Order: sequence, then C-alpha cells, then structure tokens
Amino acid sequence: MNLETVPLGTMWRVKSVHEDPFDHEKGVHLEEIGFLEGELVSVLVRAFPGDDPMVVRVGHSTFALRRVEARCVEVEPDYSSV
Amino acid sequence: MSSTPGASSTDTLVALVGNPNCGKTALFNLLTGGQQKVANYAGVTVERKEGVVRLAGNKSLRIIDLPGIYSLRPRSQDERITCDIIQGRVWGEKKPDLVVCVVDATNLRRGLRLVLTIKRMGIPCIVALNMSDLATQRGLNISVDALSQELGLTVVQTVAIKAGGDGPLRTCLAQQSWESLASIPASSANQTGSNKQVEMDHVAVKQILHRLNLDHLIPDHLTDRLDRLLLHPLLGPIILAGVLFFIFQAVFSWAALPMDLIESATSGLTTYLNSTLPASWWRSLLTDGLIAGLGGVVMFLPQILILFFFILFMEESGYLPRAAFLMDRLMGSVGLSGRSFIPLLSSFACAVPGIMSTRTIANERDRLITILIIPLMTCSARLPVYALLIGAFIPQRSVWGFELQGLVLFGLYLTGIIGAMLVALAMKVLTTTGRQTRPLMMELPTYHRPTLLSIGLGLWQRIKIFINRVGGIILLLTILLWFLASYPSAPEGAAGSAIEYSYAGWLGRGLQYVFHPIGFNWQISIALVPGLAAREVAVSALGTVYALSGDNTATLLTPILSSQWSLATALSLLAWYVFAPQCMSTLVAIKRETGGWKAPLIAGGYLFALAYLASFITYRTAVFLGWG
Repeated sequence: MNLETVPLGTMWRVKSVHEDPFDHEKGVHLEEIGFLEGELVSVLVRAFPGDDPMVVRVGHSTFALRRVEARCVEVEPDYSSV
Repeated sequence: MSSTPGASSTDTLVALVGNPNCGKTALFNLLTGGQQKVANYAGVTVERKEGVVRLAGNKSLRIIDLPGIYSLRPRSQDERITCDIIQGRVWGEKKPDLVVCVVDATNLRRGLRLVLTIKRMGIPCIVALNMSDLATQRGLNISVDALSQELGLTVVQTVAIKAGGDGPLRTCLAQQSWESLASIPASSANQTGSNKQVEMDHVAVKQILHRLNLDHLIPDHLTDRLDRLLLHPLLGPIILAGVLFFIFQAVFSWAALPMDLIESATSGLTTYLNSTLPASWWRSLLTDGLIAGLGGVVMFLPQILILFFFILFMEESGYLPRAAFLMDRLMGSVGLSGRSFIPLLSSFACAVPGIMSTRTIANERDRLITILIIPLMTCSARLPVYALLIGAFIPQRSVWGFELQGLVLFGLYLTGIIGAMLVALAMKVLTTTGRQTRPLMMELPTYHRPTLLSIGLGLWQRIKIFINRVGGIILLLTILLWFLASYPSAPEGAAGSAIEYSYAGWLGRGLQYVFHPIGFNWQISIALVPGLAAREVAVSALGTVYALSGDNTATLLTPILSSQWSLATALSLLAWYVFAPQCMSTLVAIKRETGGWKAPLIAGGYLFALAYLASFITYRTAVFLGWG
C-alpha cells in the first residue's frame, strides 16, 4: 500500500520510502521533511479535479505533495492505537 | 572563517537556524527590534537579514536570520546559503560564533533532528524552544532541564510573538562565554548526513521524546477545523477567489486616493514653481525632470504598501502556501506552480510590486518565467492609452447586447492573459526543466495570528528596497528622458512643436522607419520615446507633439487622432501596448530582482519582438479589411 491510494482521513504508519528511479533526490527529501519509518500519516485533502496535489499530515506537520511524491511513501495500517 | 577567540563582543556573530515556520523570523524581529539590515547575498537573490541585539551590561551582538532548513542537504538556493554559512563556506561571510537552533516546541521531532545534525557537525549551538506557550496550552509539559541533559546543549524557552518572550534567550546570550566555544570537535566524518544519518537521528529523537514522555501526537484543532473549510475541494477555491478578488479591488481602489493626492501634489508644485521662477533650463530640469521623476517613484508606493500588506498577512497567518496549493493545478497546466498566481494577479495593478512579490516563489525557474510574463498582465498605466484610442476609434454601439468599447477593452485584457499563458506554455514545452514535474513538497504550517511588528517591519523593508534600489534608477532615467526631450531646443520661429527638434524627436523620426511597416506615423514614434518613462506618459507626449497644452489633453486629442489616423494605425498601436516593454520601471525592477541585466534584456527583447509581430499582423489585417 502506498500513500497515494489510501482512503481520506484514515491513519497509517510509514513503512519505508523508496526511490523514484527518475529522481533520486525525491526519496531523500521526503525522509528529511519527516516521512520516516513509524511516523503516523494520513491524507487530509485531495484536490479537485484529478486528486493532484494532495494534503498529507505526517506527525505534527502538514505538507502538500504531488501524487508522484506520495507514491514513494510505502505505508502499513496503524496497528497500535495512539 | 574567522572565529578568533577573544574577539570583542560587537564582532560576535550569532546565527538563527531552524525549520521553516518555526517562528525564527518573529524571534529575530523581537531580538533586534527595528535594527535590521536587509540585503542580498552576493550573486544570489536570497535575502540576507542582519541585526544587532543589545544585551544587558552594554553588550551587543550581531545576529543573522538564515533561511529555514529541514536538513543540511539543501534543496533550494535559500537552503544552500544556510548550510554554507553555518559551515563557514561563504566567501566574505564570517562563520557564526554560535548557532541558535530555533525549535518549534509543538513540533519537536523535526526540530530536534536538525539540532542533532548541527551538533554532530561540531558547530557550537544552543536551542531556543520557541512557541513554548502554545506547547503548554496543548498540554505538552516539556522539562527544559531534562531536554537539555538529553541533548547535551543549553536549552531556553522563547515566545517570539510576545513582548519580552525572548528574555531567557537574551539572558543566555549575555552570560555566554565566547572564548570557550571554538573548541567543540566534530564527532563524525560523515557530516552532512546521508540517508542513514537521517534515520539514526530519527531513532535518537524518538528515544529522547519517549524518555521525556513527549512522544504522543497532539492535534491542532483550530488548524484542522480551518483547513476543513479553506482546503475543501469545492469551497476552498471559492473562498480563495473571494479573497483574491478583494485584494485586487483593494490594490486598485484603495490606492486611487493616495495616488491622486501624489499626482495633484506634484502638478501643483510644478505649476507653482513655473509661475514663480523665471523660465530657464534649470526650472525645466526641476519641474519636468526632478519633480516628475520623484512623483513617478512615489506613485508606486500606495500599491506596493497595500499589496504587500495582504501578502505579508497571508504569509504570516499561514494561508499563502494554502492558496498556492489551491492554484497549483491551474498554474501547473502552463508549467508553473501555484506560487506564481499572486504575483501575476497583482500585476494587473502594476508590474513593479508584482515582480517584487515573486520572492515567494521558491523554484528559481518558475520565478524567472513568472517575472518574464508579468509585463503581459494589463497594468493600470495602460488604461489611459487604451481609453484614448478606444474613445477616438471605436464607435459607441452595442454588439450582442454589449458595449462595443467595453468588449474591445476586455479583449485587450484577455489578449495579454492568453499571450502570457502561451509564453509560459512555450517555455514548458521548449525547455527540459519545463517538462519535468517539479517537486511540490510544500509545508502547510499551522495557522497563526500575524503580529503587527512582523507585518510592519516587512512593509518597511519592502519600501526601503523599492526606494533605494528601484527608485534611484527610475529617477535617473526620468531625468535622462527629460534631457532627450528638451535638447537641443527649437530654433527661433520654428513651425513645429519643440520636441520635434530635440534628441527624442530625432530618435522618433529615426524610429518611424522601424515602425512604418506596422502603421505608426512619426508623431507616434516620437511619443513612444518619453512614453518609456511610464506608459501613460505617451498620452501627454502625443499632446506635446500635436502642440496641445492644458489639463484635458486627452479630450482635445480625441478629434485630432480620429481625423488624422487610420483605424488600422489605432488598432496596431493598441496591439503594441498589449505586448511592448513600454515601461522602464518594470525593466529596472526585473534587473533588481534577478540581480543582473540578462533577464531584463531577455524580457525587453522578446516583448519587443512579440509587440512588433502583433502590431504587424493587426495592421496588415486591418488594411486588408479596408480600414487603412
């Protein structure tokens, strides 16, 4: 499952960030702004039309991401209830 | 590079470093009060803000506010400056003696990761836990001592938006012993931090927060509630359209009164001087050169003030990046991002403040393209020219229930917008950087109430930048144009108007060969030369060429123009004014904001070519239709 396709408003945890084969910096930058293993993430808004860009909450921060950026973030269900 | 131990305290340099939106600049404003210098770093358009902090016991420190960073791997020009400065790698900039790491207390994870990175590099630093009042409000009880022990660094609490909220930091800076700072060793060979380092820091921060019992998420309900409305897929854009419409109206209408006052003040002063001083070359220099030039500079201030008040308000409150998010898709279709929208919109009032506001565009390429297409937005200075020509040549009748004159005016606005979109689109298709999807990864900070101090200081800095670096050149060029239009003076008993015999007249007569293919006569060609000072000046210049005098030049010109010019010529001149770089203030502002002559030359060149082409097509088509 990756962040691009998760339902709106549901809580997930970052499993890993993988490299975009066309842009090696993208993965690194996603990690540096806070998409790190174990962080809680959720999608708050998807723009209309086209669902791009989208608004994502990670930890305490909120970011606008493009779909191709969100696609790099692998997520897993939030098993613990925080 | 010169962190000499034992340097006197005025030479001590402190740098503020932190994540974007951690309240760093508000803290800087509070520490320095009004004592700030804003300049640019050599060779780049990144703003350099330096100030002086006066501490107890007559001590003072130099302090710089560095652009916000997430890590020491820079993504943009701003971030690179910060990384280079704290490592002492910028030529001509002193390496800071101490870094104050500003951390948003409500977002410790991200802030502390940066603290660990900076500490690992061996840079002397202390931590300012900012927005500590908000953290307490939300039930986060951060023990300063425990955190300080965990990090091995001095930690102080600050509240940047409250008077006196910088007290603990001031005390700490006053007690700092600067001699012992230089000797902290860097702990790792891999200093800038690879992927692995980011993950290691992340784990370290998580452990610290866990030990301090701070590792639970506390949502910001106000921001969540506002975002549900303001970022709503349907309501969000509607609210934004309302906000933008309001700003546009305000820039247009609120500025009208002060601009009228400035205009009547300059013309009143000119009339007074002309009636009291003897006619001479220096009276003409004083009134037509100096006072006209100064008036032309001050004329921009009301619009700049109003526009930047709104931009600063939106920036400080956190709405600006959200507006950019909402506009991203629309602007993305021509290869720009949402950040370009507000500069473009405000350029309908005037291109100069629009160009200045492109600083909010982080991506350099997007910023340059936005600057290049800004002159195509129909600014208010074109209106007098449009009004004159439409009044003289377009008949007052209705077409499909609309006023024909209004339709033509609307068409001129639309042509400018479509032209700008096509240019941006061409740059998207033709350049490799244009075809790439650019990263967005834009933070939407929590909402804050803007402080009067920050907005006031921001406005003051914009005014200073405009007057110092744009105003001077505009004034000089106005005086130069006055000289060109006044010398050499007309011979005794000359038949035509004085301007015909001046350098501007010669230039215009030369230019008529260039402009003949697009239907301009020599009168237009001459009027275009002083019209470079500002577009609306062309109207009064035409009046001068046709030897009219008095206040209502436009009314007197209308019958002359409609009898002497063909419709094809008038339409061609309208097309010219949609595209032509007929405003040197705009070109000067472009030079100032891009830091060189390359961009203004490109802008001037391509706009000239575009205007010539558009006028040529318009003129030839009109002649073909029998309107010649």
